Amino acid sequence: MQGAGCARFGSSISLPTIMNYLLGAFKPSCTVSIAFSDGKTRKQVPLKKENGQTVLVPLFQSQENITGKITIDPLQGKKVDHNGVKIELLGQIEMYFDRGNYYDFTSLVRELDVPGEIYERKTYPFEFSTVEMPYETYNGVNVRLRYVLKVTISRGYAGSIVEYQDFVVRNYSPPPSINNGIKMEVGIEDCLHIEFEYNKSKYHLKDVIIGKIYFLLVRIKIKNMDLEIRRRESTGSGANTHVETETLAKYELMDGAPVRGESIPVRLFLSPYELTPTHRNINNKFSVKYYLNLVLVDEEDRRYFKQQEITIYRLQEAA
Amino acid sequence: MISDGVEDEEKWLAAGIAGLQQNAFYMHRSLDSNNLKDALKYSAQMLSELRTSKLSPHKYYDLYMRAFDELRKLEIFFMEETKRGCSIIDLYELVQHAGNILPRLYLLCTVGSVYIKSKEAPAKDILKDLVEMCRGIQHPLRGLFLRSYLSQVSRDKLPDIGSEYEGDADTVNDAVEFVLQNFTEMNKLWVRMQHQGPARDKEKREKERSELRDLVGKNLHILSQVEGVDLDMYKDIVLPRVLEQVVNCKDEIAQFYLMECIIQVFPDEYHLQTLDVLLGACPQLQPSVDIKTVLSQLMERLSNYAASSAEVLPEFLQVEAFSKLSKAIGKVIEAQVDMPTVGVVTLYSALLTFTLHVHPDRLDYADLVLGACVKKLSGKGKIEDNKATKQIVALLSAPLEKYNDIVTTLKLSNYSHVMEYLDGETIKVMAMVIVQSITKNKTQISTADNVEALFELIRGLIKDLDGSLTDEVDEDDFKEEQSSVARLIQMLYNDDPDEMFKIICTVKKHILTGGIKRLPFTVPALVFSSLKLVRQLQGQEENPFGDETATTPKKIFQLLTQTIEILSSVPAPELAFRLYLQCAEAANDCDLEPVAYELFTQAYILYEEEISDSKAQVTALHLIIGTLQKMHVFGVENRDTLTHKATGYSAKLLKKPDQCRAVYACSHLFWLDDHDNMKDGERVMLCLKRALRIANAAQQMSNATRGSTGPVSLFIEILNKYLYFFEKGNPQITVATIQGLIELITTEMQSDTTTPDSSADAFFASTLRYIEFQKQKGGAVGEKYEPIKV
Repeated sequence: MQGAGCARFGSSISLPTIMNYLLGAFKPSCTVSIAFSDGKTRKQVPLKKENGQTVLVPLFQSQENITGKITIDPLQGKKVDHNGVKIELLGQIEMYFDRGNYYDFTSLVRELDVPGEIYERKTYPFEFSTVEMPYETYNGVNVRLRYVLKVTISRGYAGSIVEYQDFVVRNYSPPPSINNGIKMEVGIEDCLHIEFEYNKSKYHLKDVIIGKIYFLLVRIKIKNMDLEIRRRESTGSGANTHVETETLAKYELMDGAPVRGESIPVRLFLSPYELTPTHRNINNKFSVKYYLNLVLVDEEDRRYFKQQEITIYRLQEAA
Repeated sequence: MISDGVEDEEKWLAAGIAGLQQNAFYMHRSLDSNNLKDALKYSAQMLSELRTSKLSPHKYYDLYMRAFDELRKLEIFFMEETKRGCSIIDLYELVQHAGNILPRLYLLCTVGSVYIKSKEAPAKDILKDLVEMCRGIQHPLRGLFLRSYLSQVSRDKLPDIGSEYEGDADTVNDAVEFVLQNFTEMNKLWVRMQHQGPARDKEKREKERSELRDLVGKNLHILSQVEGVDLDMYKDIVLPRVLEQVVNCKDEIAQFYLMECIIQVFPDEYHLQTLDVLLGACPQLQPSVDIKTVLSQLMERLSNYAASSAEVLPEFLQVEAFSKLSKAIGKVIEAQVDMPTVGVVTLYSALLTFTLHVHPDRLDYADLVLGACVKKLSGKGKIEDNKATKQIVALLSAPLEKYNDIVTTLKLSNYSHVMEYLDGETIKVMAMVIVQSITKNKTQISTADNVEALFELIRGLIKDLDGSLTDEVDEDDFKEEQSSVARLIQMLYNDDPDEMFKIICTVKKHILTGGIKRLPFTVPALVFSSLKLVRQLQGQEENPFGDETATTPKKIFQLLTQTIEILSSVPAPELAFRLYLQCAEAANDCDLEPVAYELFTQAYILYEEEISDSKAQVTALHLIIGTLQKMHVFGVENRDTLTHKATGYSAKLLKKPDQCRAVYACSHLFWLDDHDNMKDGERVMLCLKRALRIANAAQQMSNATRGSTGPVSLFIEILNKYLYFFEKGNPQITVATIQGLIELITTEMQSDTTTPDSSADAFFASTLRYIEFQKQKGGAVGEKYEPIKV
């Protein structure tokens, strides 16, 4: 077969070349880049973009100074005519039922340049000092909260040139001063009585839930017992409230049927799960709450469960 | 249905193994490429096969063992991983991320094992955590295997004394605590199996449980191997905790098995020192528990321990082992009203063995045990239960085996009472055991009291017991039994004639009850035993003071006469006849003429009245002649009477040859070598001539009836008698008479009518050769023979 066919390599222009050529016509007349002053040292974290790609972006927390510089580099032989250059720091909430419509809960602006023309590369330093960023970046089922730096080169008829730079905000909390355990006795009369105990009501993201389940009365044939971590995201308000519940963890605690008096240990490491801190009523737009759901399944696959809210917080990690 | 179930199970097992192997394959690949995350993932998936509920313990074990082997590889990997810098603490956390509890806990135990080895945390903390976390498995089968895995991997990592894991914070207490806790939880799971599932599967469940019991018992074994468990620790912690679990679980199978385990795995001296506690637990067990076996085993072990070395015996005394055991047995029997007789007897049998080993000098203890046993048996009548009877035989044999001496056993007053509860057949068996013990050990039983007691014990052999008449007794067995009794009678002996006489009287009393079947065996034995005494006395002087109570041969002969007379009831005339003659001979040696005469008379009477068979007559007559010949005690008159009678009998025999032989035998009655006054040559000659006549007559009779004469052997025999008396110097026997007879024989032999007979020819030839030989001897004898011409 080898000698039979011959390769046909044509001399025509390849497709990518054409594409580049065509796109070039609509290219903005300059490139805009946003650089953070501590960009090289600052911690970067992955962020999932709208298109599903994950990119690494810098991480900030509230009250930090966000400083850096904007570089505008006109394309060779072109000038940029503008009505002013500004940079905005935006905190936005986007509801997915209303996609594309952002609600800005934070909006800071710095004017960088008065209207004029830019002929060559120009750099503008910027600084937002001690920025109040009370909410954390969040990517949920029905809602997302994001922080972004937006550079706008205003132009009249040609349309403004806009460049975005996402960054992530995480806010750390100290260990809560009051952190009582959860202890409760629940049951179905003459059927099943249990007492469960979790060592805390507030857990940080890498925490371990320690506890035990004590069987006071067992008249049903239990097959197994799981501990679930559930996330409840509620969006909207009033009649438009939308609640989405996800089970993030399903952790088997017990296999087989216990008898009265048995006590089953609980030790659940939270680190493997993708949790966020609890968010309560973020700007009247949404809430994210976490629950521990203790589920007992009997031999007929009936489920008996008890749900308890826990608070998740982000503990300042030791340096 | 059932076979389907088995087939299904095979299928499930095969599926489980396949799943396990597949995941193990991927796990190996991950291990080879040092991919920890995948290794954990596949090992968890592999272990998920153990989550099945479909397998019986047996099949589950198969699956478990395969997983076990794979986990060893994983453990090695974990070990290497920590050497590569992975923190063991992180690993310990990492495996706990697994969502399913069973794989998670298997992995945790595996990492835990590496964790302990790393010594980065105290062994006790890790062990405690592992044993706690395992509570998550409440399913009995899976839980038992998981905990068994835990105990397996932790076995060599306990902070035992002398172990590398022992530290300031880790003591043997922690090791023991860990094992005890695991044991307790395992036992709970094991007991729980009993109560799960439908009632109709009870039998199957119990079978399955018994397959699993060693998993639970293993923990006790581990405890017994822990170096640090010394007596104090055993006493204060281990035993109370184990017993608490045993008692509280209220499960028959578990209680029985675990009690057995405790007894078997821990050292004897521990048992001895904690006897109170151990025995205290027994009455608290479920009524259905087979405590008798448990206690028997305990006593057996202690018995062996006591037997092992004399040095340990003081310990037994110190803790009063006997009274404690004895009390405990009493309590158990009281508590378990329904205990079958076999149980009761087994317990006492074990206790008896124990006391025999531990307190060989305390016969009262042994008797106490027998007494207690009698008490429990009383009111129950004869024991019908086969097993119970066997146990009683064992119980009764124990002292015999221990002491090898029936005399000691006879001191146990309750011994015979226990025997009363046996059925006839078993009493016999027991009696045989006793008799054989005596014969084997050549035990001397030398007092009448002992003999009395002994015969009371072996009465099963001595007489027919109630109801046993209906039993078909094997003839050979019966003979064997009675021969044993006869042997026994021969063995009773005392140097003191008075005591010996008493013994004989006692024996006589007992054997007289034996019935006609036994007498022919027992009477001769007694007679010869008595004669032995007679022989012993015969050399001694008569008591000059004529003490009435002293034992004299006379008295013995009276007794003998009575004894032999009894045989007439059988009747056994030939035997009685022989015995009379034996006695007569003995009386002769004692110079008791009247007695001897009387005995002879009795023998004659028997001959005349009872012995009618001609062959028997011939034999009897020869016996009479033989005996009488030796008698020297008789005066002329008595002797004449007796010899006359004897010759008279001879002539009256039915067959001529018999007559002939008897008559020539009679010739000896008139010629006693050592007594010159009893050498009556004439009468000897008379007898021989008469014999010749009879021989002649026999020949003629034969000729008349058959047309040929019989062999000449009778003549040759008479010729031999001639030669005998010739040599002895009987003047009546001359060369001429001998010559005449030889010629007669020669003629007869050459006669046409004579039937040739090679043996007669040979006989005659050798007789002639003898004459020839005597001639050539020379000297007085040769001279005497010289004139005889052959």
